[in-house]
Amino acid sequence: MIWDKENESMEPEKLKKLQGERLKDLAKRAYENVPFYKKKMDELGVKPSDINSIDDIVKLPFTTKDEMRTTYPYGLLGTGLENIVEIHTSSGTTGKPVVGAYTQNDIDMWSEVMARTLAMGGATKDDTVQNAYGYGLFTGGLGVHYGARRIGANIIPISGGNTKRQLSVLKDFGSTMITCTPSYCLYLAEAAREEGVDFAKLPLKSGFFGAEPWSENMRKEIEAKLHLKAYDIYGLTEIIGPGVAAECEEQDGLHVFEDHFYPEIINPDTGEQLKDGKKGELVLTTLTREGTLVIRYRVRDITFIIPEKCKCGRTHRRMHRLLGRTDDMLIIRGVNVFPSQIEQVLFRMEGIEPHYQLVVDRSQQLDTLEIQVEMNERIFSDEIKKLEDMEKAMEGEINSELGIHTKVKLVEPKSIARSEGKAKRIIDKRNI
Amino acid sequence: MFIKQISIFLENKAGRLYDVSSALGDEKINIRALSLADTADFGILRLIVDQPEKASDVLKEHGFTVGITHVIAVEVEDKPGGFASVMKVMSEAGINVEYMYAFVEKSRDNAIVIFRVEKVEKVADALQDKGLKLLKESEVLSL
Repeated sequence: MIWDKENESMEPEKLKKLQGERLKDLAKRAYENVPFYKKKMDELGVKPSDINSIDDIVKLPFTTKDEMRTTYPYGLLGTGLENIVEIHTSSGTTGKPVVGAYTQNDIDMWSEVMARTLAMGGATKDDTVQNAYGYGLFTGGLGVHYGARRIGANIIPISGGNTKRQLSVLKDFGSTMITCTPSYCLYLAEAAREEGVDFAKLPLKSGFFGAEPWSENMRKEIEAKLHLKAYDIYGLTEIIGPGVAAECEEQDGLHVFEDHFYPEIINPDTGEQLKDGKKGELVLTTLTREGTLVIRYRVRDITFIIPEKCKCGRTHRRMHRLLGRTDDMLIIRGVNVFPSQIEQVLFRMEGIEPHYQLVVDRSQQLDTLEIQVEMNERIFSDEIKKLEDMEKAMEGEINSELGIHTKVKLVEPKSIARSEGKAKRIIDKRNI
Repeated sequence: MFIKQISIFLENKAGRLYDVSSALGDEKINIRALSLADTADFGILRLIVDQPEKASDVLKEHGFTVGITHVIAVEVEDKPGGFASVMKVMSEAGINVEYMYAFVEKSRDNAIVIFRVEKVEKVADALQDKGLKLLKESEVLSL
């Protein structure tokens, strides 16, 4: 079902015109209210009056993740703090988190795009949505919550974890939709088997799965095991949270809600904008947001825009399922992890540059991260207990910094393969 | 009165003990005693050898992580109650043993117990005061 036919199926020319007007307005608001953007635009010699159509977006500067951090907490606000009604942040594992500030209009817009999303999976006011995304500063929980509320569906704000309770709620409350990470969904399926819960007998009809990469094979597995239709959902705290893009009933690419979030694909090396169909780095602009203003944010995800029109009737262009990253970021159980973060922790503990390797795997549907650290004379002890304590201390330190459980394994020196003097940092064994 | 023990970090992988022992054998270094402590992932091989510094250099050249630790070697009679007599002294002196291992002398009717303790010098003095016989490095190496 198309939630907002007028906007979601808007004639492409009309949509372009609307995007152009909104971009012009955004450029003006950013220039006048955000010193960070004024400085950047002045440096490029571009004035708000230079922006007259959506194609003029290439004149505007990019925003990087580092810049979003250096403007912490309120440096990108397009309005006064008195108009902000809600704050969310990224996990902020490398120093300062990325802040998303919302006005009431932003929350309304977020509710709308999430209502569009859930409606793609067939949500109506008759549905019961079991929302197993985490509530709190993380955007996942409340984003889905607002969308379901907008539709008038019955939302169960169960949040993440507590698998036994998830299963009993699924059974007892008759949830018809579920939202969580795809790997947790498969974990739930395993747990259900052990608990004797038969998904074929449950009224579940669809689910939205995101916050980590998955594949067509995982979709097949989820659909077979949970007896539902599995949809991909995409979003990020920098832009709004979930609800930037989602799959419709065709399950063939994610419609970007481009009346609010304008997508571009660029060549990551030159910054040049690429045509639809060409693979490159995704860049997103918040056309209508009032709280945090984000112009041409370099997401670092690699994908392409599907040029063909979708059979569903929506005119918003679709982006292909993510194909990779332009950096070495890993997503472990929905948590973004950069090898450099782990390196910093090890450096602090060892006092020297560590030789390490990250081995990512998936065991019983959940991601595991093993950190192999090469032994050296500085940290060596001939007592087993001291070495085991060291492993535990590293695991504890990494857990408190990054919020993920890892296994640290001490290995012999030079046992981590080096190519051209540089160690290969990541071995990803997940067959997603 | 302590002796030098070398310790080597080993992953639990096939062939690693052979790699260590052949590296030492090639350099004509003789192993007098050894003990291996292990966990699921790694092990620590502890060796008393006739040329500890050279052994350490050789193994480092082969890429191993090697440490030299000071331990004490106590000679006990190789008969029932021999070991207990040593432990009685240790116990009464409140000495905590980090780890230990033992071997029997070839040339005499005694056994040698290697102890790793904290504050090795102090403990060595205390044990000698109680009449235990601690071996000098030269004695151990010439066994």
